[in-house]
Amino acid sequence: MQTVLPYLLSGISVGGQYALIAIGYTMVYGILRLINFAHGDVFMVAGLVMVYLSASLPIYVVIPLVLAITVTIGFIIERAAYSPLRSAPRMSIMISAIGVSYLLQNLALYITGGMNQMYPNIPFFTESVSIFGATTKRVTLVTPILTVVLVVVLVWLIKNTKIGMAMRSVATDYETSQLMGIKINSVISFTFIIGSFLAAVASLLYFSNYTTVIPTSGAMPGLKAFVAAVFGGIGSIPGAVIGAFTIGICENLIKGLDSILIQTGIIQQGLGLTTFSDAFTFALLIVILVVKPTGIFGEKVTDKV
Amino acid sequence: MKTSSPLSKQAARSRVPEIITGCIIVAIYLLVFVLEQVVSPGSMLFSVLKKGATYALVAASMNLLNGFTGLFSLGQAGFMLIGAYVYSIFTIPVEVRHSVYQYYDGGIIQHTLPFFIALILGGIVAAIFAWLIGLPVLRLKSDYLAIATLGFAEIIRAIFQWGFLGPITNGSNALRLFPNFDSMNIRQGGDPSAPVSIYFSTTSAFIIAGICIALIFMLVNSTYGRAFKAIRDDEVSAEAMGINLARHKMLSFVISSFFAGIGGGMLAMFMSTVQAKNFTSGMTYEILLIVVIGGIGSLTGSIFSAFLFVACSEWWLRFLDNEMFLTPPAKIQFIVVAIAIIAAISLLTYFRNRHASPKKRKRVYLLTGIADVLLLGWLLWFQFMGGYQMPLLRNGFRSVVFAVVIMTVVLFFSRGIMGTKELPDLIRDIGRSGQNLYHWLCGKRGTGKSLKGGANDV
Repeated sequence: MQTVLPYLLSGISVGGQYALIAIGYTMVYGILRLINFAHGDVFMVAGLVMVYLSASLPIYVVIPLVLAITVTIGFIIERAAYSPLRSAPRMSIMISAIGVSYLLQNLALYITGGMNQMYPNIPFFTESVSIFGATTKRVTLVTPILTVVLVVVLVWLIKNTKIGMAMRSVATDYETSQLMGIKINSVISFTFIIGSFLAAVASLLYFSNYTTVIPTSGAMPGLKAFVAAVFGGIGSIPGAVIGAFTIGICENLIKGLDSILIQTGIIQQGLGLTTFSDAFTFALLIVILVVKPTGIFGEKVTDKV
Repeated sequence: MKTSSPLSKQAARSRVPEIITGCIIVAIYLLVFVLEQVVSPGSMLFSVLKKGATYALVAASMNLLNGFTGLFSLGQAGFMLIGAYVYSIFTIPVEVRHSVYQYYDGGIIQHTLPFFIALILGGIVAAIFAWLIGLPVLRLKSDYLAIATLGFAEIIRAIFQWGFLGPITNGSNALRLFPNFDSMNIRQGGDPSAPVSIYFSTTSAFIIAGICIALIFMLVNSTYGRAFKAIRDDEVSAEAMGINLARHKMLSFVISSFFAGIGGGMLAMFMSTVQAKNFTSGMTYEILLIVVIGGIGSLTGSIFSAFLFVACSEWWLRFLDNEMFLTPPAKIQFIVVAIAIIAAISLLTYFRNRHASPKKRKRVYLLTGIADVLLLGWLLWFQFMGGYQMPLLRNGFRSVVFAVVIMTVVLFFSRGIMGTKELPDLIRDIGRSGQNLYHWLCGKRGTGKSLKGGANDV
């Protein structure tokens, strides 16, 4: 237990961060049927905004500002790059998303000059605490709690408010809800706003733990969060959360598998399995796509002619 | 015969454009060969041509899948990685294996193959992997296919870096010392240290890529190619017409990966070292963007934009990455040019949106106006208050310019450079408009067809 616990803890924490990103993917996919490849980069941009703002402003001003700016960026991306292509083939929108991702990464590279940016300390998050003998940053404990709270709020929002109802109806049938008088553009914008907000929160938590931001640091978490969304059944929020926790925990256990096995005396020498912590996620993706393409909580969709 | 219109049209079509195309291709090859003998071999030109040929092949292979079959795959970097590794593993000379595999006792593979067999083998291995991955994945809808192939590329990258496979793949260390394009130069008496008598490295890259692209072109124009296009246009109707969806999708996927594998081998020859960490998803995105710029569904477009992309990123736009200082007259020139560009773009926006709905028009005009005022204000500030350093130019600016250009193409010129036309179609179009112009100049009624009805009717 002592050997597994640190990995388990960081797995739960990373899982929570993936979950917040995954919700953005799953909601956008649910409504637009678009894999928003730029979502991971929005997450990275939120990290960079934090780095640059905190150089001159106190932390309690910066955090709301970061959230607001990220939300604005998400909104602008949707308006500028996705909404003009609403009637274009699906492939064009996906290519546009890849283009936005390329643009954000290159802009980040240009602005940072390719240097690793140190993420500022958020005092409450980065203090060390110890539980069951394992020392960790407080953010590890805060993440799962915050994730669950945000998800509950979000689910409530979608179940009980007018805009939530509109979102559900657009996700079910795009064209009919348009005929029913739902302002489709504002619903889509709202979806992107929620997704970007959660990505910004995730970036606060994630980078408090990893402390450096580079232009490509959004790509991997973004892809993994997407896999989490597919794993849980794309379009389903609880599914995305469960998928994200599964991936986070498994990934960290694989990272630690060598040392766990050595400490328990099963093997004498490392197998170099750490290399596979990233690949595991994608292997899981392929397995789930083969076994149950709709994911754990996904609904079965039949193609109409 | 003359009553059945499609057939007679085909028969009546002149073959002149095809012949002209053939001449152009031969001329390009001759030009490359001659240039290689004349220009100093260290010139940037050859580096661009070699890399361009490689990317042209990979872009064509991706276009076969994305543009002609309508399968959105993002696994190109993974297949290139396989091709590059297989090529280099089998061509490193046995004598130098000890220095390459220095941590793995010279590796376990102690055979070398001739370079072209190794290239083809790389393609075959990539194709086998594609077949394996295609079995489960091709049943899925397009977006899942994209993400699954992207994931597959990441898995492959991890596997090739795994220390346990080190005796074969050299782990995370680079493979090197295998024959590259420079080894294609013909030397006096075949002695590797002798001076070069005939430069052949760029031409050889062109020949390999040319053969492969010609094969892709023939495939696209065969009955299989027509089946692929039918699947792209409408899967359900294609199936109703008796096309075996699973088989054709798999065929397209496997063939595309085969050529991507060969492209990977060529990239290895170009770079002279192979390391798994270079084959990132960023590489796939670059190739996808090449395909988009060239036109999804046009091989000519892919080839053309591959060379354009490589030339811009490696050569012509390099200056954007360096800081530059202006002299006072140059500063004024810069400002004049900048104002001209701003004016041109504003006018273009104005004309494009002349007939849009009033609401949209108002919004577009407002946004353009605000952007213009801001840019002009900034230029004024720069003229009177700013220093003499060229603004914005700094390391990384080139990529930003690139990304902006690509987004512009995606959003406003979604057909790319060529649309779905190939070179003969283009020549035919030019011919027709030339004919029309001639008749118009002579005051006769045009007998040549109009531009619009022309090329797409076949």
